[in-house]
Amino acid sequence: MSVAYTRPKSLTNAPYTYCPGCGHGIATTLAAACIDELDIQGITISVSSVGCGGMGPWFFDTDVISPMHGRAPATATGIKRIHPDKVVWTYQGDGDLASIGTAEIVHAAHRGEKITVIFINNTTYGMTGGQMAPTTLPGQKTTTSPYGRDAQSIGNPIRMAEMLATIDGAKYVERVSVDTPANIRKTKKAIKRAFECQMKGVGFSLVEILSTCPTNWGMTPVESMEWLREEMIPYYPLGNFKNFQD
Amino acid sequence: MARVLMKGNEAIAEAALRGGAQAFFGYPITPQNEIPEYMAREMPKRGGVFLQSESELSGINMVLGASASGARVITSSSGPGFSLMLEAISSMALTRLPCVLVDIVRSGPGMGDLAPAQEDYKIAGNGSYKIPVLLPGNVQEAAEMVVEAFDIADQYGTPVLILADGMIGQMMEPVDFDKMPPKRKNLPDKPWRMVGIAEKGYRTQMTIHYDMKLTESTWIFEHEVMPEIIKNEARWESFGLKDAEIVVTAYGTAARMAKSIIEDMPDAKIGLIRPKTAWPFPYQAYEEIGPNCKAVVCAEMNTIGQMIDDVRIAVAGKYPVYHVGNTKEAPLEPENIIDKIQHLLGGAKS
Repeated sequence: MSVAYTRPKSLTNAPYTYCPGCGHGIATTLAAACIDELDIQGITISVSSVGCGGMGPWFFDTDVISPMHGRAPATATGIKRIHPDKVVWTYQGDGDLASIGTAEIVHAAHRGEKITVIFINNTTYGMTGGQMAPTTLPGQKTTTSPYGRDAQSIGNPIRMAEMLATIDGAKYVERVSVDTPANIRKTKKAIKRAFECQMKGVGFSLVEILSTCPTNWGMTPVESMEWLREEMIPYYPLGNFKNFQD
Repeated sequence: MARVLMKGNEAIAEAALRGGAQAFFGYPITPQNEIPEYMAREMPKRGGVFLQSESELSGINMVLGASASGARVITSSSGPGFSLMLEAISSMALTRLPCVLVDIVRSGPGMGDLAPAQEDYKIAGNGSYKIPVLLPGNVQEAAEMVVEAFDIADQYGTPVLILADGMIGQMMEPVDFDKMPPKRKNLPDKPWRMVGIAEKGYRTQMTIHYDMKLTESTWIFEHEVMPEIIKNEARWESFGLKDAEIVVTAYGTAARMAKSIIEDMPDAKIGLIRPKTAWPFPYQAYEEIGPNCKAVVCAEMNTIGQMIDDVRIAVAGKYPVYHVGNTKEAPLEPENIIDKIQHLLGGAKS
């Protein structure tokens, strides 16, 4: 009998503390599986973030550090510059990366910092209870946009992958989703490619993963996957925005 | 090496390299720009890392990452930039990460202006913590303190701050790099360093308080680490305390003013206490003050007074303590201290 699936060895034994049905669980497992497949567990240094992404240090079985809110790319830069031969990556949500940490992510990309960023976009601040994020969709109701996001007042959602792809130092940028088995396979492929971008010394790499937050969206896990597909993907088109030659 | 004439900021940068700095991250701000400029020239030649960050916020978080990686690392700034760094400095104090910080102080509050000042004595981030703060009084001392700061940082696992007014950073004086303090022995290893499991043989999870309760971690700092720092690291210079009628206490450039005044007033019985560390504060120095003391004058290049609170704690109500600082017209000048001394002595006579 062959083994079709096993828990990635780059995960600790800690059970996930994400809410039931949350897309973070899929993304976390995929990232660990990629670290396994690339055989880099021993040389990987993981940098988490603040928010639900901040639970990562309990799950990733690598050296792992909790940075300040939004500053993961700066902390990762400090680590990578001291250990250029190691694999350094961040795992950040949309409040962390697209709001408080915009300067850090833009300039890490701008410097062509040889780090990998896994960016979870679920349109909300999950950990603090579902507040509006820069990625919240037009009209979407959250605890701080109770009448729906009003673009006249607060602007339209920010598309980070497209923005970062315009930066010269960013060498691999792709947006993926965890809403279907096919898209989950594509997500895994993209994460692996992003790590390879770093390992080959090409430059900055980022994968934006469209994900779900059933708890704060007030939906079942299945409904939230449908909402992702029907509402998020039309605004945040999937695909590759920047790639490098092998 | 013979004595060389150097600007304070450049001496600080050179001393950092001699103290083993492997990386510098920072952002331009007056009056400390000669430090990153020197580092930008010298770091590549000496195999280290120089990186100009997009902000002080980012710079200190790069420092955090480099320190967590096991490197000796330094940044420098001035008040407005240093304020931005406090979030990460507070965090490094909690996770006990060593680094050296240099604050070349200008006038505040806010953007203030570029004049030298002593206005960041009380600068602190959120939460209960303390970090060693060294107060150089001249360029030679600034260099020596930077070299020692790296050892202090590694010995106790803490950020260490060099707090120097803009005058110390900008003035030129002779420096002798042969007279740097000897490297401390038995500094602890860094078993927690972020370098990957393969190299160490085990995993490090550097979360806010490792696997400890937060209260356990802060309790250990208060009851095990702080007493050692307080016992070992308080530094000061003092003279003339036994017979003094007036004691002037000041640090940095204000202490230089005080010394020149004392030389110019040979008939007056004036003693001096110059703290060389703000934390741990040398409270014990004030116990040497003799019975004839009528008042303590705390001269600082600021309004309101900042070190004066520590001085009041040190004298515990035994003498009145007066702040002499900036006037409406200008930052502190020696004449302001003279006026205060004469007023106090005159008042005592009448």
